[in-house]
This record gives sequence, C-alpha cells and structure tokens, in this order.
Amino acid sequence: MKGLSNSVCIVGVDESDAIGVLPNTSQLALHLEAISNAVRDAGLKVSDVDGIFTAGQHSPALLGEALGITPRYVDGTSVGGCSFMIMVEHAMLALYHGLCDVAVISHGESGRSGVGVTRGRDASLSGQFETPFGFGGAPTYFGLITTRHMHDYGTTLEQWAQVAVSTRAWAGLNPKAMYRDPLTVEEVLNSRPICYPFNVLNICLVTDAGGAVVLTRADRAKDCAKKPVYVRGTGEGTEHVMVTQMKGLPLSEATRISGKRAFEMAGVEPGDFDHVMLYDAFSSGPPIMLESLGMCEPGEGVTFFEEGRSTPGGSLPINTNGGGLSYTHSGMYGIFPILEATRQLRGECGARQVPNASLSLVNGMGGMLSAAGTLVLSNVA
Amino acid sequence: MELERPLPAPITPETKPFWDGLKEGKLLLPRCDDTGQVFFYPRAVSPFTHSRNISWIEASGKGTLYSFEILHRAFVREVKTPLPYVLAMVQLEEGPRMLSNLINVEPDPQIIRCDMPVEVVFHKLNDDVTLPLFQPAS
Repeated sequence: MKGLSNSVCIVGVDESDAIGVLPNTSQLALHLEAISNAVRDAGLKVSDVDGIFTAGQHSPALLGEALGITPRYVDGTSVGGCSFMIMVEHAMLALYHGLCDVAVISHGESGRSGVGVTRGRDASLSGQFETPFGFGGAPTYFGLITTRHMHDYGTTLEQWAQVAVSTRAWAGLNPKAMYRDPLTVEEVLNSRPICYPFNVLNICLVTDAGGAVVLTRADRAKDCAKKPVYVRGTGEGTEHVMVTQMKGLPLSEATRISGKRAFEMAGVEPGDFDHVMLYDAFSSGPPIMLESLGMCEPGEGVTFFEEGRSTPGGSLPINTNGGGLSYTHSGMYGIFPILEATRQLRGECGARQVPNASLSLVNGMGGMLSAAGTLVLSNVA
Repeated sequence: MELERPLPAPITPETKPFWDGLKEGKLLLPRCDDTGQVFFYPRAVSPFTHSRNISWIEASGKGTLYSFEILHRAFVREVKTPLPYVLAMVQLEEGPRMLSNLINVEPDPQIIRCDMPVEVVFHKLNDDVTLPLFQPAS
C-alpha cells in the first residue's frame, strides 16, 4: 500500500447546484449537477471522465449514459454512507493501474423530498428480525450502540450534546449549512425526544443533496485548475450489516481495521492530524469513531468536544462544514466530508478556514458502524 | 382484522424452523454441530465452520438486556404498540443476541439497565405467527 501513497490526487469537488430542501430537483439531477460542477472545479471537461463510481439507487452505468460518456471503469460498491470514501481507495487503484485516467465519485440523493427515488434495498432479514419489533430507521439501531457506550464508559447525554453544539458552531461559519444559529447543551437536552438516548438535535438532518469528487494521477493533477490534494492513505473495512452481528458494541471493528490501514499507508500517527472530518449521523458517532480509530482511549472521545478542542479556534477542528448534524445529510453523507477536507487543504474555507491545515483525517461509517472508510489527505506530497 | 404489528416477512427456508418453533411456545436456535456453538440469525451455513451441519436447540429463554432504546416516535408505522415503548437487544444465555421489545416495564432509563436479567414472553400475533418478546426476569 505504501507505494500507492500520494499516487493520486483529488482535483475537483463540489455540491449540486443547491443543497437543502429541493422539491423540484430529481435524485438523478443532483448527481449530474454535482458531477458537472466538480469536473469544472478541476478545470476538466465531463468528456475527460472515464471512470465512474457511485453508490445508492442509481448505477454508474446510468450516470455515464445520462452524461453522454462511455466510462472504461465503473464501481457500484454500496455498503452505506461511507461507500464514497471507500471509492477513493478503489479509484486510486484503478487510476494507478491505468484502468481509467479521470475518476469521478458521485452522490445524489433526494433524501428529504423523494423526487425520482426508485426502490429500497433487500430487507429479508430485517423484515423478519427487526421490523416486527419496531426497528427501522437509523436512530433505532445507532441508539443501541450509544446506550451500551453509556453503560460501559459512563458517557452522558450532556456529553453527546456537546458534539452537536461544537458542530453547530462550525455550521454558523458555513454559508451552505442548513442550520446556522448557535446551539446550547440545554437546547439539545430539551429538544423533542425521538428514540432514547437521542433527542432530535442529536440526529442528523434529512436533506436533498448531491456531491462529487474528481481524482486523477498525481502527474496529471499538476495541470488541473486547483492545488492538488494528495491521497496519502486509504483504508476500508466491513464487519456486519445487522447490529446484532456486531462483535464488540459499542466500538467499531470495521473502523479500527480501516483506520489502521490508512494510517500505516500514510505513515502517520493519530496525533499528527490538524483537521478531522467524521461521519456524524448521530452526535455519539464522532466520539465512538475517534475511539475506534485509536485517536484516544475507549470512552474518552467525548473529551475532544468537551474541552473545546473540536470547535472554531480549537487545537483539533472536527467537522468544520457543520456536519450531517447541521450542514446537510441526504442519507448517504459520505461524499461531503471529502469535499470539506479538500477545501480546507486548499485554503478555500473563508471564515471557517483552519489555519495552515495540511493533514486531514476523513472517516465515515456505512450502516450502523457496519462498514468504514478512512482517508488521510494532505496538500503536500 | 388489522394486526398490531407487521408479520415477519419474507420467511425463508432456513429461518422457517425458528418461526415454527415459536408457534409451539419454543425459542429454537440454530447450532453448529461441528463446534457446538449456537448462532442467530439462522442461515444456510455455519458462520464458524461454513459446514451444513446445523441442528436446532431449544433455548432457555433467559438472557440479559445487552442494550436498549425508548422509542418516542414510530419508525415502523405498522407497529401499533402505544408510544413510548422499549426496543431491546437481548443477549441470550446460549450466546447470540437478538432484537426484540422489553415489555412489562416502565419505559424509563432510570429503571431499565443494561445487563439486567430478562426472560422470553411468547406473544401471539395470529394463528401462524408468534413473536419472542422479553420482560424483566421474575
């Protein structure tokens, strides 16, 4: 894996033309807008794209057809919201071996408005062993992990609320974020109960949004429009689908495996990062990921948020776009942390720019910590 | 008559003995005969040895509450149980975990605790389907 480090770069990123509540935009349109915007950001043309990677309801073949191009390489890996992070690894391999020259990873989801949404996924096992008991919807699964964490480590509702508060502070600095007003711990604790241990402000938004990432080999990246962002390390892991099959609640084996590989490939230690993006479908997610990644001891992930390290001006800024909790969350959120890390490493983030950001950690989950993808990104080779 | 919950579906050949057992008031679990380990959910090959040597044992119905949630908003509208109610992950004495509901208890996180002992309650939905629910052990 070390030989692959820095071999490819992210050269283009962007959202769809708009994100948020979009009752007049189809899911396919969100993809096509995001792809064309990200390709433009790279200073390339859609006709340059010859590798298409996407997860969700639309196949990579459909995206190629709709764009009027004939990709040489496609990948439809779909293991939940982190699939797009995992696809950076897959795209890296395809680019490295010359199976494609310009790869685009695309996400489009009309998660809120349901415009042009087709079908659900296979549900035989959940239909038998989960649905009849009232399980359905991510909070009813991730809450189990969170309650067990509270039991094992003594973490509290106040501590989870701190994560939402910190993330909202970043959202206040991002003009694209849906919710930007400051938030307090009390407001989180007093918000509408959904599924204990979660109130509504512990749970991500439900929005309509697209996002895309363009990658090419490092030699070609130098000719693109923006400063290249090097893919220094990648990892992925897949442990389970059903939450009962997770071996070690509340920590994530998939995340541990994924992070270890990415850190080793990149030759970095957990303490080296100056910017972190973690998939925050729930306020308890980022602390549990930090613990699973070995960034701290089990049970201590919340201290990053309690001690002000994660907030604007803190020593380790986390989820600087405002996260799934306050910026956007269309369903499969995993593309958006890559967008933000790239923009931070380019220095494009205005009021929320992390000074001198040069090494960013991106980590996400698919399902209920079922799968994981980890990226180590840098603006220097 | 409208049922209070959605029926488990689609039942497949490898899971049918589980549902058939519940109809007779038995909690049956698949066991890998190569290793003697019990597993859940039922599947075509042993998750330990990948052999087809699988038989069924009758579980004690006893276990502990591995984790729980208190549901205040219905995510599965077909479940008519009055809110709030308790979603449970049960650690069965025999080894595997399963999802269910904890009943006959106040839906209060001050009362419900992880690792509290629980026992199965057979909850008949109709003539064909009985669900395994759990309550605090007596």
